[in-house]
Amino acid sequence: MLSAFRLAARSSPLLRSGAGIRPTLKTLPLRSSVRTVATKRFTKEHELLSFDDATSVGRLHITEHAAESLGDVVFVELPAVGREIEKGESIGAVESVKAASDIYAPVSGTITKINEALNDRAGLMSSAPEGDGWLCEIEVKDPSEVESLLDEEAYKTFCEEDH
Amino acid sequence: MSRSARLSGIIQRHSRQTLTSCSSSRRALGNVRLFANATGDLKKTALYDFHVASKAKMVPFAGYSMPLQYGAVGQVASHQHVRNEVGLFDVGHMVQSIIRGPSATAFLERLTPSSLHALNPFSSTLSVLLNENGGIIDDLMVTKHSDQEFYVVTNAGRRDRDLTWITEQLRIWNEGRDDKVELEILEDWGLVALQGPKAAEYLQKLTDADLKPLTFGRAAHITVGGVKVHVARGGYTGEDGFEISIPPEHTVGLTELLTQPPVQLTGLGARDSLRLEAGLCLYGHDLNEQTSPIEASLNWLVAKNRRESGDFIGAETVLKHLKEGPPRRRVGFTVEGAPAREGAEIISKENEPIGKVTSGIPSPSLQGVNIAMGYVKNGYHKKGTEVQIQVRNKPRKAILTSMPFVPTNYWRG
Repeated sequence: MLSAFRLAARSSPLLRSGAGIRPTLKTLPLRSSVRTVATKRFTKEHELLSFDDATSVGRLHITEHAAESLGDVVFVELPAVGREIEKGESIGAVESVKAASDIYAPVSGTITKINEALNDRAGLMSSAPEGDGWLCEIEVKDPSEVESLLDEEAYKTFCEEDH
Repeated sequence: MSRSARLSGIIQRHSRQTLTSCSSSRRALGNVRLFANATGDLKKTALYDFHVASKAKMVPFAGYSMPLQYGAVGQVASHQHVRNEVGLFDVGHMVQSIIRGPSATAFLERLTPSSLHALNPFSSTLSVLLNENGGIIDDLMVTKHSDQEFYVVTNAGRRDRDLTWITEQLRIWNEGRDDKVELEILEDWGLVALQGPKAAEYLQKLTDADLKPLTFGRAAHITVGGVKVHVARGGYTGEDGFEISIPPEHTVGLTELLTQPPVQLTGLGARDSLRLEAGLCLYGHDLNEQTSPIEASLNWLVAKNRRESGDFIGAETVLKHLKEGPPRRRVGFTVEGAPAREGAEIISKENEPIGKVTSGIPSPSLQGVNIAMGYVKNGYHKKGTEVQIQVRNKPRKAILTSMPFVPTNYWRG
């Protein structure tokens, strides 16, 4: 049933050929060697972006909170590797038996990787949404966009208020 | 543009989408709030406290606060439990009534296209209330007790419309006649559905009545756990099962007795996926007042002799649709690539829009298969026809597939 997902992954434009779009050394900040902790940022769409400012790559997840609400995830549709995305744009979908929900780009950038493990195990999104059930990696165009997202505290408050 | 939804709507919307007023097919994860809190002005069934104590996640449905699922049991597991063992649903939100009087059969044959005079006592049938244009006001279960008494179950979400309609039709019917008909609503009576291949074995242990002769579509007054109840064999899952109507004072006690292992409490989520696999319609989604029973592919509900007599409300349209073919028909699909949800557009191979999906899910029983039902233009309704369904702006290949998607498992003796 994940054929569309595969299709999406396969149909990635030629951009996939890589090196040109990968972050190059010059993007590394000088202090990168001492920074190993990824920054966790959240969106009101219940997404989590785990951002490594050494590489400018963010890994996108849905939050535990979202996973719990969705129920059993049975299908995920992800963007093609190499696709350039605009903040706020729909880049895929997560489907449970109950319903489908869009995945929105939390920041602008380029998709550099998708989680192939979800091909066979969409359930990872339910069991480990903020871990092995990640969706894709985004090379972030403007790291200041990451800073403007919610931090963990603000997200928690948002969830509580939303209740 | 409203084709999709953000993660931020999911919690609230999923549940509503599951069974109530789903208008657009996809939603976002966000609006958790409505979901959790909008229970203030909602009605409760007799089992509300029982659900809460059983760790149900309560959601608004048809004006009631109803269980979506229980504890940590996910929708898929809950669904499978009913397919493989036995589950119990609270359907006490539905409207139970008795229609009685010397001319009750003729009255109900005016309101429905069913052949009720020919129905055996203590037998049930699915039927429809039709408006003057032949549109479906509601679908309902009618159980005949005698020529002068019928037990009727209608949808909670159609309560006001149905009762206003029936009351008005009664007024007209009773005008100037002696053999009057009356409507009694069984307010506060409990209604639970025990469903699954192990339902009969479980219920048999609680009653002296022999359940074997009570085949699919039959009903009886029997004593279960010391309580006299009305039992109709059937349900809304495609499995063997019983719909049990319980006097108000016994609803909680008897439900406790009916929910011991292996029976699992089952919520609206699994109810929706079970009924869709069985090819059964959900009013407000797959049926509405603009749809005739022939368009809905419910031709079998219009009895042969009623086609000849044509003396029911809405007959003109129904007979026309039977004779000339309806403009569109309800069909089933299997969809490749992604599940098609309510509202998704159906496109012919020639790229013409030919209809819309009214219900759709990834099937929990047929793993890896996305199933859906919807309406297509007459002519495109043949089994095996290939069409495309738009999901997230991409056409997905879909094949017209006969329903039920999962074979039914009714007890026919």
